[in-house]
Amino acid sequence: MIMPILLIVYYSFLDIHGNFTLANYQKFFTPVYLKMTLSSFWYALLITAVSLLVAYPTAFLLTRTKYKQLWLLLIILPSWINLLLKAYSFIGIFGTYGFANALLEVFGIGKKQILFTDFSFIFVSVYIFIPFMILPIFNALDKLNPSFIDASRDLGASGWTTFRRVIFPLTFDGVKSGCQVVFIPALSLFMLTRLIAGNRVITLGTAVEQHFLVTQDWGMGSTIAVFLIISMVIIMLLTGNKKRGGVG
Amino acid sequence: MKKLVQTFAVIFIVSFALMFWVQRLNASEGYAGGNTITVYNWGEYIDPDLIKQFEKETGIKVIYETFDSNEAMMVKIRQGGTSYDVAMPSEYAIQKMKEEGLLLKLDQSKLPNLKNIDERFLNLPFDPDNEYSVPYFWGTVGIVYNKKMLGDRTFDSWNDLWADDLKNQILLVDGAREVIGFGLNSLHYSLNDKNKVHLQEAKDKLVKLQPNIKAIVGDEIKMLLVNEEAPIGVIWSGDAADIMWENENLDYVVPEEGSNLWFDNMVIPKTSKNIEGAHKFINFMLDAEVAAQNAEYVGYSTPNKAAMSILPEETVSDERFYPSPELTDRLEVYENLGQDMLSYYNDLYLEFKMHTK
Repeated sequence: MIMPILLIVYYSFLDIHGNFTLANYQKFFTPVYLKMTLSSFWYALLITAVSLLVAYPTAFLLTRTKYKQLWLLLIILPSWINLLLKAYSFIGIFGTYGFANALLEVFGIGKKQILFTDFSFIFVSVYIFIPFMILPIFNALDKLNPSFIDASRDLGASGWTTFRRVIFPLTFDGVKSGCQVVFIPALSLFMLTRLIAGNRVITLGTAVEQHFLVTQDWGMGSTIAVFLIISMVIIMLLTGNKKRGGVG
Repeated sequence: MKKLVQTFAVIFIVSFALMFWVQRLNASEGYAGGNTITVYNWGEYIDPDLIKQFEKETGIKVIYETFDSNEAMMVKIRQGGTSYDVAMPSEYAIQKMKEEGLLLKLDQSKLPNLKNIDERFLNLPFDPDNEYSVPYFWGTVGIVYNKKMLGDRTFDSWNDLWADDLKNQILLVDGAREVIGFGLNSLHYSLNDKNKVHLQEAKDKLVKLQPNIKAIVGDEIKMLLVNEEAPIGVIWSGDAADIMWENENLDYVVPEEGSNLWFDNMVIPKTSKNIEGAHKFINFMLDAEVAAQNAEYVGYSTPNKAAMSILPEETVSDERFYPSPELTDRLEVYENLGQDMLSYYNDLYLEFKMHTK
């Protein structure tokens, strides 16, 4: 577990010729990389927020359905399919002559560019990450003792107050682990930035990929990776909780 | 839950057993001596009938494996796990592999068919005197455009891409050297230019192209152009030939300022265990009729002069894929820029990508 991280830290101090240097870190603090970092965080934040907004009500409804395990399975099922396959099918769906545009035509809105936009990028990312958000929230909601809710209602709290004062605080751990599991990988997404966003969205993941595979500048790639690891640790500490609900 | 774990355990054990068995099988075949060779090529880059023909003629069994990038291929050859006997890297990869000592020298006395290759394609800067490599296919970088969607518009110059009315119409292939390369070409600079002022100028010019760019993608560019997702694409001639079969509205042009001339070549990696067989295979592929059949199947341009006389007239006289000598003179092969310069190219490319609309 520790070895790969140590290796990455070691590589981050090497230049392309294998000499010891601090230049990679200097380079990271140039406007190009800082802007990239900012945009990575921004998109990861958007993806996490949208996932949460969709996932919480979904998980809530799931716990109220009759065959909840079956529904849960159906939601998790798409995550068994390879990411690349899903991305390719979205290229087809969102394309100019794809299903989504055909639907827009039917409703009289007319063709829109969907592929290679921020919208398609966020949509597909949320689609891919949402099972990981639903699971911990579902588990937390499922474990919630219904008598708390009854008690709250008996004491005269409205539906909203019950949610705000009872349900949400008791499932907050699930929300936190869901956010962690979505935010962290969303920060270093790379394949989707090319396939769905057509490199119109540039994240740190794109840069890492290019440095490792094209330039073979492992030093710079590792430096970015070190920053990603540090930011992940910070996020874990900020949202840290001793016992985590659901999958981690 | 326990049952699930058990099922997975069984699946794992079975797949590992199978993997082990396959490896044993491969090893026993691969190391059995003089009667097998392992060929490592790009996907869909050979007529499979020719492999059968080779096996029949020589009695050598061919194990055929494919790769999808020069980098991936080099990693596998460096590791040396499989004893590849023949590989087909691109020209810039050959320079790298030569430097790292990953290639064996060719014995040209065992390659009498080398005389079939057009002299224009021999003794090139990336491998003087063809000590290590023989060209397999070649091509250019140019513009694919959709006649139906664009009407009469043509692209004689790279600068035509910068037209104001082409907002959001262009797809680019995601390659630093290709993109920076045509940026340099559009300014009449060499695409191997190492002058940082020129490079900066090219980047600034490319940034101005951003509003016209719809997306920068990888191999999907072929599918997207066939589906008419955008009317214009900057791609390799080989890919262009491929998709022009699929969509008749597409046409390909190499702009007059010049462009890249690329080669995929046959080499013998140092992992080879059957050097004799490898030479036989390369010589077989250089045969006029074999090369002609292969070129017809793959659809790329062959460097084989003798094969060109066999190929149909309309194929060989197609200036889009067999450009005239005057244009060929303006094409440049990528030179190895050295790590520092390559890094600089990539930094500029990243900066260019950062400038989204």
